[in-house]
Amino acid sequence: MANRLTTFGNDLYTGKRSFNFIGGRRKWYTIAAVLLILSALVMVVRGFNFGIEFRGGSQFQITGVAEATQDPAAQAVEQVAPGTVARITVVGDSGVRVQTEQLEKTESEELVVALADAYGVDRSEVTSSFIGASWGADVTRQAILGLLAFLLLAGIVMALYFRTWKMSVAAILSLIGDLVLTAGVYAAVGFEVTPAAMIGILTILSYSLYDTVVVFDKIRENTAEQGEESRRTFAESVNLAVNQTLVRSINTSVVAALPVAAILFIGAGALGADTLRDISLALLIGIIVGTWSTVFIAAPLYSQLREGEPAIKRHDQRVLKERERAGVAGASTAVTAS
Amino acid sequence: MAAPSKRSSRPTPVRKAWRSLTWLGVLIVALFGINAAGVIWGDGSWTPKLALDLEGGTQIILEPSVADGESVSQEQLDQAVSIIRQRVDASGVSEAEINTQGGQNVVVAIPGELDEQTRARIESSAKLELRPVLLADAATNQSIDPSASPEPEDGAEEELESTPTAEPTDASDPAWVTPALQDQFNTFDCAAVDESGANVAPADEPLVTCDATRTIKYLLGPVEVGGEDIVDATNGMVQTQTGATTGQWAVNIVFNERGAEQFAEVSQRLFALNGQTPRDQFAFVLDGAVLSAPQMNGVITDGRPQVTGSFTQESSKALADQLKFGALPISFEVQSSDTISATLGTSQLQAGLVAGLIGLVLVVIYTLFQYRLLGTVTIASLIIAGVITYLTITILSWREGYRLSLAGIAGLIVAIGFTADSFIVYFERVRDELRDGRPLVGAVEAGWKRALRTVLSSKGMNLLAAIVLFILAVGSVRGFAFTLGLTTVIDVIVVILFTHPMLQLLAQTRFFSSGHPWSGLDPKALGAVYRGRAEFRKPVQVPATKVASSSREAQRRQTIAERKAAQVDATVGAGESKES
Repeated sequence: MANRLTTFGNDLYTGKRSFNFIGGRRKWYTIAAVLLILSALVMVVRGFNFGIEFRGGSQFQITGVAEATQDPAAQAVEQVAPGTVARITVVGDSGVRVQTEQLEKTESEELVVALADAYGVDRSEVTSSFIGASWGADVTRQAILGLLAFLLLAGIVMALYFRTWKMSVAAILSLIGDLVLTAGVYAAVGFEVTPAAMIGILTILSYSLYDTVVVFDKIRENTAEQGEESRRTFAESVNLAVNQTLVRSINTSVVAALPVAAILFIGAGALGADTLRDISLALLIGIIVGTWSTVFIAAPLYSQLREGEPAIKRHDQRVLKERERAGVAGASTAVTAS
Repeated sequence: MAAPSKRSSRPTPVRKAWRSLTWLGVLIVALFGINAAGVIWGDGSWTPKLALDLEGGTQIILEPSVADGESVSQEQLDQAVSIIRQRVDASGVSEAEINTQGGQNVVVAIPGELDEQTRARIESSAKLELRPVLLADAATNQSIDPSASPEPEDGAEEELESTPTAEPTDASDPAWVTPALQDQFNTFDCAAVDESGANVAPADEPLVTCDATRTIKYLLGPVEVGGEDIVDATNGMVQTQTGATTGQWAVNIVFNERGAEQFAEVSQRLFALNGQTPRDQFAFVLDGAVLSAPQMNGVITDGRPQVTGSFTQESSKALADQLKFGALPISFEVQSSDTISATLGTSQLQAGLVAGLIGLVLVVIYTLFQYRLLGTVTIASLIIAGVITYLTITILSWREGYRLSLAGIAGLIVAIGFTADSFIVYFERVRDELRDGRPLVGAVEAGWKRALRTVLSSKGMNLLAAIVLFILAVGSVRGFAFTLGLTTVIDVIVVILFTHPMLQLLAQTRFFSSGHPWSGLDPKALGAVYRGRAEFRKPVQVPATKVASSSREAQRRQTIAERKAAQVDATVGAGESKES
């Protein structure tokens, strides 16, 4: 009666079926490196499409409007500068405020005319001005400061909790990878980077680290409880832990991704809520990448960092020797991908 | 959710479970009660307030008040925006939007209406100076010359002597009072303080001004301690020496080392002048007007003076916030204030909500598919978490000015993933225990012990992120941090007070404990019993006999598994046959 994923989970738990996440780390590192380089390239070549909240832009204020609604302005902007994202606000009873990215002088003049026509007011009722960034350098600075402080503290807390700084290093390195990758996808897709998107990326940081801690906790459990007497090499213990939590990883990422994907594809795609797409894109990529990096990067990295330790080296050698002595056929299938 | 159908021979987990559920009930009822009280007696509401992007608010255009011909630099504007942002942030988590316009004005968009309190908080420069009092007199509001300049230098209307005859030795020296200044003081009209937004004098010159109620006018010496030496400011009730509160609000200032030193010097000198009123008084001057001018009743060396005045709780808090974040480089005046609509159309919000709902339905389907009836525990837990989150947000939006923005809503939707993960981690641990051959009740307890540790450590990481970002970040990042922290705490509460107790109770039912195929906890489907620990060791090719000694943990499990295995040896089936 068990569905396939449950059976799959059983096999992963017992080790009957096992994916070789640790052993194949060269492969995963290479894939990650290629993706990161691509991301960096895209970021440099294409750059980011920062929204007016970051760069400032043009503002048009229409006064004395008989019926202050948002639609005529949206049409006027679409007509003059197609593809421009406009933030349209009704001010008071008879005013409309339109904010766009910085427009060319001619475009800006055209838009004044178009807006005046759209609302049926005199041209003198439309004023244009430059507005500064609402997400100023001070907001960015404080956010980055907060982030660095968090990473430092998180590293210390993890090192204390797991009793090894190597888990902190592995977790934070893979976290930085997630960040670069998410940013790279952003640059590639060319969606506007808005404060909402930045919030999305921050959410991802905490999600990614969270996911890593859950898996690392299982690794800690496996490697600590089995201790010296373990019949597995360190790498095998880590690999088993990752496999044992694999069903959890899949379930969690699906549950987290479903609502976000719905917002991205149904909300923004089908129903046309443009403003939702930037945040939901960041979240969707982050959830996928965050789960992926824990399994393929953080865990192998941690194993690699620890394998060199003399105690673990000794232990691993003994395990391998014993296994050889036992003479069980197929000892090479210690950790086998099936 | 199904109530436990029988309370069996293990009363402890059951009693514990009911106790937890009772606490949860108390918590929800309490939140509900607080909110209801807010609606009935306060200005609370059953729905949370929405942020600028969803509900609109008020747009205030601030114009710098500088003398004609002077202009403000971009640097000053940026600095002003940064300070105003911190001041607005300090009043709650309402996510205001602040930017510059046309290289001249500052535009502040706040959700809701602009009240006097907020207005004062935003626009006043909050330049604090400590000056000693040289002369004080009742205000005469009958000046013939309203243009009387408060500045002493060009204040010499007649040919009066405006330079001190003798070099003043300190700031309290009466030699500061020149005939010109004396004349200015005599004719000073307190209305002039309100009139010019800039009743200022250079820091090393005396200042003529009035108190906040415009009833006393002062001639003050040069600045002794400046606001830039303030490191912290808080508001609180004035306390008598016995510790009783007087009911009067005050702002407590903490100076840095330099400020503390200077203040100690002043207090020593003024204390020595005790009795020579008003020269034993010192004045806290805020934006050119005297807040209060207390007598120095002792020597204060710790650099922590307390400013009193006609404060209310709100105004003392506003001033403390202003002082803490520093003075604006320029004063501003509200040029216009208009209501503004939401930038996101209601259609967009609806589209977002509809999409979110569809996503939730998908989550429900997936969970039921994965965990069968156990999935209903997840769904019920999510609903409980949703209810608590909603009530908390509504209460916070009433008490703390919390406002829900689109990014906030998206954050809450993502929180579904975080929250559900606690349950998934827990269920998977219980399943792992079942796979090891434990009976359900034992598996629930053992799985919980392990899961709780994982849940707490990973949630702790989220909480850390939330707290650090909330303290350090500004603007919308702060709002995000708040939402993240809130959902994390609620998540932990729900998993401890609801999910685990529910599972404890369900483990007692025949449906679950017998491992009904639809329960999601079917040991057979989970590959337990017939497999046991022995095959757990398979990948490393260690004979089962060796495993028994491998560790204390494994040994314990092994015996249970073996016992079980012996019982149901023949039933090699269900799970295995399904494997692809």
